[in-house]
Amino acid sequence: MARISIEVNGKQHEREVEDRTLLVHFLREHLGLTGTHVGCDTSQCGACTIHLDGLAVKSCTVLAVSADGAKVKTIEGLARDGRLHPMQEHFRLHHALQCGFCTPGMIMSAIDLVQRSEGELDEHGVRHGLEGNICRCTGYHNIVKAVLAAAEEMDRAKLSIAAQQG
Amino acid sequence: MYQTTYHRPATLAEARSLASEMSEAVYMSGGHTLIPAMKSRLAAPEHVIDLRRIPEMHGISVAPHNVYIGAATPHATVAASREVRGAIPVLAGLAGSIGDRQVRHVGTIGGSVANNDPAADYPSAVLALGATVHTDRREMAADDFFTGLYETAREPDEILTGFSFPIPQVAAYAKLRNAASRYAIAGVFLARLTDGTVRVAVTGAGNDGVFRPAVIEAALSADFSPEALDGIEIDPAGLMSDIHATAEYRAHLVVVLAKRAMQNPGAAVVLR
Repeated sequence: MARISIEVNGKQHEREVEDRTLLVHFLREHLGLTGTHVGCDTSQCGACTIHLDGLAVKSCTVLAVSADGAKVKTIEGLARDGRLHPMQEHFRLHHALQCGFCTPGMIMSAIDLVQRSEGELDEHGVRHGLEGNICRCTGYHNIVKAVLAAAEEMDRAKLSIAAQQG
Repeated sequence: MYQTTYHRPATLAEARSLASEMSEAVYMSGGHTLIPAMKSRLAAPEHVIDLRRIPEMHGISVAPHNVYIGAATPHATVAASREVRGAIPVLAGLAGSIGDRQVRHVGTIGGSVANNDPAADYPSAVLALGATVHTDRREMAADDFFTGLYETAREPDEILTGFSFPIPQVAAYAKLRNAASRYAIAGVFLARLTDGTVRVAVTGAGNDGVFRPAVIEAALSADFSPEALDGIEIDPAGLMSDIHATAEYRAHLVVVLAKRAMQNPGAAVVLR
């Protein structure tokens, strides 16, 4: 057993965990944050994608104890003041979810992709960038549309913040 | 996953002494091979020693004749490194072709090379470029390091700390990925070093893991052009046959990939 302290969605959590506990199980079972899903459990499908110290990672392949001292963001931490994150909003507007199981992982991956992409994202870039996320409903068409629309909005927001800061 | 005890040493000395004190201990870097193996109970180490907090395991530096990459450097860091892109662009390209974005954020070069998976990408770069493998106690030539399927010359408690890659005149990589697993069905890394030596390494295809195909090296040493590979054949004996491809298919594929690599100097070409 180990005592770990992890910041999740801006809130510090201290818990006793078994050393073998996976980060995804820590989030779901110890903290009750069940928005992060376990799909394949073999590092393939990406449903468990979260941000660990700002990077999209598959939380089914990380030991919770190794994330001691880290900052985690999950799908539950995206909305601000009752307003959805632009990526969530565009998934809704573009009907980018069918059963919805892959959606949290898709959204966490897509935000990482947009934040880290050099230059403007195009359809190919989005499809390639999301290769670590599988949609069992094969609903990729609208997912790609949503990500492209959200990327535009996120870039605009970044520009306007930069302009305000002079 | 069976019970295990996790350790996070801050120095190489601490890591080594943990490994020597504990029975059934393994080193972990990104853990993207080890954790899946532990989850499926193919591996059940009593102790896991995480090497990522050790400062000596990190860092990328470029000298006039070589690029040094710390063993705990994630694939995404190598792929995005201006230094690596400038000095050995194909190495950055290869790193950016491993797994997927999330995997590349965590998986490391040291883990990949130490594990020596027969379909991993990095061993082919290490072998073809004739890199030097640095450990906590010695330096090894790539030719002496890879000894077989998942086997290397690393001692059980020895820690890979980094890799020194000679900057070649030109190098390139081409692989055909399995659509489901994303591992290479075959991959060919070729390089012409500054002294004119041509070295080629094949991953994904050999029964004993990564290897240097003598006939391709001889053909490209005589004439470093894509046409030099016309009519070249690889002996399927010693190549893998599995549900994805026969040994004969892989033998043919290796020559095709070598040609693709020759046609795209500096690039990591991914066929799917």
